[in-house]
Amino acid sequence: MRRVSEIVLTAAIVLLASPLFAQISVPEIAFDSAPNLLKMPDNIVMGEAVGVATNSKGHIFVYTRDGLLSYTVGSSRQFGRGAAARLYEFDEKGNFQREIGKGTYAQAFAHVVRVDPQDNIWMVDEGSNMIVKFSPEGKVLMTLGRKPEDFSGIPGPVAENQSSGGVSGGAIEQQLLLSTRPGGAPPTPGQTGGGEGFNLGPFAMFNRETDVAWDAEGNIFVSDGYNNKRVVKFDKNGKFLKDFGSRGKGPGQFEDVHSIQVDHQGNVYVGDRANKRLSVFDNDGNFKTGYINVGSPWAICITPGQHQYLYSSNSTGTTDMDNGGEIYKMELDGRILGKFGKGGKQMKEFMAVHELDCRNDNEVYAGEISNWRVQKLMLHPTAAEGGK
Amino acid sequence: MKRCFQCWLIVLICFMSAQLFAQTVPEIAFDSAPNLLKLPADIYLGEAAGVAQNSKGHIFVFTRSGETQLFEFDQEGNFVREISPRNYAFAFAHTVRIDPQDNIWAVDEGSNMIVKFNPAGKILMTMGRRPESAEGDVPGGFNFHPMLPGDTPKPAQPYSFSRETDVAWDAAGDIFVSDGYGNARVVKYDKDGRFIKSIGGSVKGKEPGQFNTPHTIATDKQGNVYVGDRGNSRIQVFDNDLTLRAVWTGVGAPWAICITPGPKQYLYSSDAVGPIYKMDLEGHVLGKFGTAGKQMKEFGWIHEMNCSSENELLVGELLNWRVQKLELHPQAK
Repeated sequence: MRRVSEIVLTAAIVLLASPLFAQISVPEIAFDSAPNLLKMPDNIVMGEAVGVATNSKGHIFVYTRDGLLSYTVGSSRQFGRGAAARLYEFDEKGNFQREIGKGTYAQAFAHVVRVDPQDNIWMVDEGSNMIVKFSPEGKVLMTLGRKPEDFSGIPGPVAENQSSGGVSGGAIEQQLLLSTRPGGAPPTPGQTGGGEGFNLGPFAMFNRETDVAWDAEGNIFVSDGYNNKRVVKFDKNGKFLKDFGSRGKGPGQFEDVHSIQVDHQGNVYVGDRANKRLSVFDNDGNFKTGYINVGSPWAICITPGQHQYLYSSNSTGTTDMDNGGEIYKMELDGRILGKFGKGGKQMKEFMAVHELDCRNDNEVYAGEISNWRVQKLMLHPTAAEGGK
Repeated sequence: MKRCFQCWLIVLICFMSAQLFAQTVPEIAFDSAPNLLKLPADIYLGEAAGVAQNSKGHIFVFTRSGETQLFEFDQEGNFVREISPRNYAFAFAHTVRIDPQDNIWAVDEGSNMIVKFNPAGKILMTMGRRPESAEGDVPGGFNFHPMLPGDTPKPAQPYSFSRETDVAWDAAGDIFVSDGYGNARVVKYDKDGRFIKSIGGSVKGKEPGQFNTPHTIATDKQGNVYVGDRGNSRIQVFDNDLTLRAVWTGVGAPWAICITPGPKQYLYSSDAVGPIYKMDLEGHVLGKFGTAGKQMKEFGWIHEMNCSSENELLVGELLNWRVQKLELHPQAK
């Protein structure tokens, strides 16, 4: 019975999507990119701009992978270092304000940053498996998830005769995997470490979680992640409510939950990069529909105005500038209004856009992995493209 | 009969010159400037993997110290500053080069990245990508998986490096990258970093146009590309479209090469511990100098050379943790 309903759902998705897909040509939306946006102090260098968000004052927050990261494995050598994650605040003109949460325990390998309606700053770190909520002043208000306690040891050089599937091959994996649960395996109660008394509950641990969003009540939705394939819903106090989704290609399933947003009605939009679709759920996690005509949705954002728009980036790969790169502007029902941008290193071009922020209808901030920058994009849409 | 005599004469001359060539490459006299780089008390050079000089004579050193760091010194060797501390692409320094516009290019074989800085030290462009530090199973190839001995190398990708080693440019600004220890190829990009073509691949080889650790690269004014193919102990010369023109041997394993500016260009090529060979762009060896050791005027694993003029070289050494500034006296006996 369940199987039949899945088939029906799949058919529905295909039917829904095909007329959209058949749109003859997607209009190109005219746009500009603000030159020289972020002014960095001399002693601070932007790295991969994986996370970007703005608050109600227009301040810009960037969560970047820079400096001295934990482990890099070359063909046979390893480099042990500190964290590749720093969180910066700039004012609305791009002037550097400060570093937030310098050297916190949760900073290992940056993923995204989001700012909630109360201007709290949420830092999502896929290396530590943690999310930290900071007050607008930068004080820690709440943590979600927990960093694995330690590494399995200080890595040494890999002996050639040990490395093919033997001791050090496994050791590399051990050292690399900051998290320990196998990909896609459901979390097992009682196996999350730390003892029951200290746990937030069996479902509160992440495995390379990717993003966070909130509904109007303040409930928290976490896309989790690279290694789990689910969305977790918490109440505003961080108490686990439920999770939904599992690994797969079927309706409501995920291969790569990479980006998440919630609209005014509480519907949840999930960018599933590897399945190349946007999946839409109601507030309780019931699958509603999927959009499969906007490429690989690496990064999505929804505008907060009365008429909400959805932006979704079909990002290039991290080491590619010839395939994809365009950002789509959509209605929440999946109708595409237009697109803009392409792959490349110049201004108005993108390489591996990793987070989008759209506090205003036609103003989009895009953080890029491979070009190590944030671009502020001012769109000039026609009326048909959602302009005024 | 007369004609035959001429034949004999030519053969004889050839034989003699080959003998001369093999035995009497002239030794070039040279000096090394004492106390070149003045470091602040709390900053140390490590392995001086990369050294380069800009149009003002400022010296840039890309060093493997406690961390990989990029330092700038003035023409007198006074410390000016550290460029781009905590840069995400600084994992294991390889070389640094300065382009004709004085932009600084740092080549890091640990991060598989090249970063282009403007003269003020601001990042203008990045190439390649550092492997991620968190791993897991994601379909679609978003993740990096370390290659272990015995694995079959994957085909080289246009925009990824595998321990790339060096960079050079032609007059149009096209970028040539020697890539590297992992891959075995040379890649040409346009000035904006867009892939044009490559020669070689992910597998090492001995044939002409194949590489075994292309370790150093330089271009001449005509846009020809000279690649130090270290593992094959030869220099391969390509035209601007990466068509092979010549293969030179007899100068040891070319760890580092540089080509002088000026109307008549010369190429210097160094084996690890010397000698350093002086050549013209037809491949003739004009002279040599230098031996292994730790004293001044001796060398321990020369890793990069900069030749700002025919008789002035900067030499960065791995084992001796220093940069030497050499002044050549080719006329002296």
